[in-house]
Amino acid sequence: MATQQTRSLARFMMAPSVVLLFVWMIVPLAFTLWFSFQQYNIRDGFVGFSNYALFYSNPAFLQSILNTLAIVGSVLFITVVGGILLALLLDQPIWGQGIVRILVISPFFVMPPVAALVWKNMIMHPQYGVFADIARFFGGQPIDWFGQYPLTAIIIIVAWQWLPFATLILLTSLQSLDSEQKEAAEMDGAGFVSRFIYLTLPHMSRAITVVILIQTIFLLSVYAEILVTTNGGPGYASTNLPFLVYQKALLEFKIGQASAGGILAVILANIVAFFAMRAVGKNLDK
Amino acid sequence: MARAVSTQHKTIATAAAWIVALLIFFPILYTIITSFKSEQEAIQGFNLFPSGTTESYIAVEAQNGYFKFFLNSVFLSVGSTILALLVAIPAAWSMAFSPGKWTKDILMWMLSTKMMPAVAVLFPIYLIFRDTGLLDSRIGLMIMLMLINLPIVVWMLYTYFREIPGEILEAARMDGASLWKEIVYVLAPMAVPGIASTMLLNIILAWNEAFWTIRLTTTEAAPLTAFISSFSSPQGLFWAKLSAASTLAIAPILIMGWFSQKQLVRGLTFGAVK
Repeated sequence: MATQQTRSLARFMMAPSVVLLFVWMIVPLAFTLWFSFQQYNIRDGFVGFSNYALFYSNPAFLQSILNTLAIVGSVLFITVVGGILLALLLDQPIWGQGIVRILVISPFFVMPPVAALVWKNMIMHPQYGVFADIARFFGGQPIDWFGQYPLTAIIIIVAWQWLPFATLILLTSLQSLDSEQKEAAEMDGAGFVSRFIYLTLPHMSRAITVVILIQTIFLLSVYAEILVTTNGGPGYASTNLPFLVYQKALLEFKIGQASAGGILAVILANIVAFFAMRAVGKNLDK
Repeated sequence: MARAVSTQHKTIATAAAWIVALLIFFPILYTIITSFKSEQEAIQGFNLFPSGTTESYIAVEAQNGYFKFFLNSVFLSVGSTILALLVAIPAAWSMAFSPGKWTKDILMWMLSTKMMPAVAVLFPIYLIFRDTGLLDSRIGLMIMLMLINLPIVVWMLYTYFREIPGEILEAARMDGASLWKEIVYVLAPMAVPGIASTMLLNIILAWNEAFWTIRLTTTEAAPLTAFISSFSSPQGLFWAKLSAASTLAIAPILIMGWFSQKQLVRGLTFGAVK
């Protein structure tokens, strides 16, 4: 049916998107790769892998990798488990379901700097925060979240931002579960737990995979939340890989090292992307 | 069909859901409440009932020039979205209606560009922007945001367009409709809802983008993300003011977000969950 003419028209229509994205992906990345083998500041020249060696032997590097993994892992755990529980709860018949949904989904629309500053100042502040008020009410000692547990504090903030996303996706998936199937299982005498394990969970598995993959992509590059709360500190206690690269590049102007770190971030993201693409790609064939 | 649900069950579920929902919403609620307090009240311990003063809102505009940042946010999010739609509609269109051998691969490749970490290209982009005079310019940032969201826009449009039945096109062609008429009378009415949804979600994403908007701007082109971030440096306890600024920054997008729950699921899962 497609004639030669429509086919070339199709190519023509596709060209701007493809060209733009191609340039946007290739040009800066080529620069980064080039810089990662260069001595940028003092004298320009090829320095082999010494930028990589310098970046990777920096003690902050190992710390930043561990922090990155801690953020991704903890937030995924909290949001997926919490999201499943919340989705199950919101799937029940309740009064005011529409409003409840709106309240639950809201944090996702809060821009990262606002989310981080609100939590930092109004909720977790050791003197004036709500947590401190609660601690004092029960006669306890307020916790200095960002001084003592900076990474935990950031994980809480990021989890708060992403829990709504997980809940919404999982709830959507839950609601597409055939109610006749549910009823049949119920009639056969399956209890809540076995219904959940043998019927609901397998049905949601695809949505859970999607939530994990998409969140991982965003969680690998958490930035603004760290910038406005701890600025990576104390020391490197809350520095993740993107933040370390940013510090090297724009604060210390160690371009070679920053680029070497950037290349590592690309490799990390690609490992995740590989699995993400397979999951999304499967859906295309349907 | 619907079986009778015991009132007791519904009461318990309702109570639990509302408690959890209010806890999750609490930081936003408390920000809104605090924005109507005076600076004095704001640090006097937990209090859900503000005096209702609007002095913080006035101060945010008078001392910090809030409105300029707001306008930048509007310009950047709407502008980048329209730009992205202009580029993406033809592409998504052709992929949905005359898919070729490579369509699927191109789509996957586009998606993969979304997964490139921003920090990896921070310095080259910074250099390019600096050397071309685009640093702190609205146009530069608008192009940047357009590029970031282009894959999502193409994908979303593609999943919507794909649902338009191709037979209708053929029927219109049989009836002798020209390509132009085909587009205006047959396709456009069916495509508009999908385009509108895509636009809505994309404005939200662009509004909240908080890496490039902070790093590539200083004063002129800075949107609300950069404005709010400037409150992180300790400059005394201006919490009522911070709350007022935050409330203003999130309110429009929060309301848009409430209307876009379905599109959000679809857009951010690339059609994998509907």
